[in-house]
Amino acid sequence: MEKKIRVLVAKPGLDGHDRGAKVVCRALRDAGMEVIYTGLHQTAEQIVNTALQEDVDVIGLSLLSGAHMTFFTDISHLMKKKKMTDVLVVGGGIIPEEDVPRLKKIGVNAVFGPGTPVNDIVRYIRENVKE
Amino acid sequence: MSMLASQVIKGDIRSIARLISLVENNDSTAIDPMKELHRFTGKAHVIGVTGVMGSGKSSLIYELAKTYRKQKKTVGIIAIDPSSPFSGGALLGDRIRMTDLSTNKGVFIRSMGTRGMLGGLTAAVYDVISILDAAGKDIILVETVGIGQDEIDIAKIADTTLVILVPGLGDSVQMIKAGLMEIADIFIVNKADKPGAEQTVAEIESLLDICEKSVRQTPIIKTSAKKKQGISDLIQEIQNHKEYLKTSKQYEMRKRKRYETELYELIRKRLMNYIYDETKLKDRIDNLIDQITKKKLDPHTAADEILHKILK
Repeated sequence: MEKKIRVLVAKPGLDGHDRGAKVVCRALRDAGMEVIYTGLHQTAEQIVNTALQEDVDVIGLSLLSGAHMTFFTDISHLMKKKKMTDVLVVGGGIIPEEDVPRLKKIGVNAVFGPGTPVNDIVRYIRENVKE
Repeated sequence: MSMLASQVIKGDIRSIARLISLVENNDSTAIDPMKELHRFTGKAHVIGVTGVMGSGKSSLIYELAKTYRKQKKTVGIIAIDPSSPFSGGALLGDRIRMTDLSTNKGVFIRSMGTRGMLGGLTAAVYDVISILDAAGKDIILVETVGIGQDEIDIAKIADTTLVILVPGLGDSVQMIKAGLMEIADIFIVNKADKPGAEQTVAEIESLLDICEKSVRQTPIIKTSAKKKQGISDLIQEIQNHKEYLKTSKQYEMRKRKRYETELYELIRKRLMNYIYDETKLKDRIDNLIDQITKKKLDPHTAADEILHKILK
């Protein structure tokens, strides 16, 4: 059996900057993972439905717009509704330090801010993907 | 019947997604549900969509899926992108062109990497088609990787194969070489709003004159996914082709061809798994490779020995 880690990288909301997300996509691909990139302007519902159909192990959201609290809350709510308890949720982009504890409380497993070496993200995913 | 198989037949999204992962990962727990699903398959019309990189395969599939939904038909989409031969990873980006389909309840989209398979498909594609078929999808659209020259395997598994070309692709000799002429049930000249579309149609027509092989004339449809033109013509031609298959007995022949390809592929896969799983056999093979390298043995004799061992 040849299990591959599958990751959904999504850009929610009205935020058109995806250079960071694309860099992360590439790094994960080069680490041997299968990365599904949704493109820009996704709704929470689109992201969760996509994650379900693609049976991903990880959902990574990139936000630079300041709407992270709203989106992560909506996504975590929808995931609970669809019983997606075995999916890792991580975030990146511009997310203030003081919001991180609140995000973790609603179920975000990790937040990677600007300047994070991509290898740290790869290692975190490898070590924390739920069996 | 297993829980997983019965949930798939009910159309449960999570179960469909999970079983696809199992077949993709070559997991042995997928075998029993797949056995159970076989008799529930055969209702879907499988449409292969192939063409060079950037010809608009994903955008056209998006338009087709939306039109089929308007006709109340359910749609499964298998979007294949290449896996990196170096890392084994893949960047699967076909969904970018189909965003709002992900909340459409009658559509299921799955992105897949080729995972080392050549020919424009992925080894699990047969099982994934069967899963979506058993789950009740009326139409299954299979998007191959952007093809170059000989990635024509899609024609062995699809009921209808669409070959997409775009204006300005270059000289017509390239197309003959590619083998694309032989596999197309319908030609599409996409991006037909761009200059040169008429010339591309004319080139295909003249090539078809040279190598037309059957009684049925291969239609050429001009589309523009961007401007949503030609989509209903295309759907009509797909329907015509389906009726042609049914009346000319080609339908059974194609289904047989598909299962023939699938069975040989499965035997090959099982055989290789068997060799890798039997450590004794694997050790013997390693030993034989050493002997071949030292010129004490030749590869043909070694292969004979291994085959005899397996067949005993």
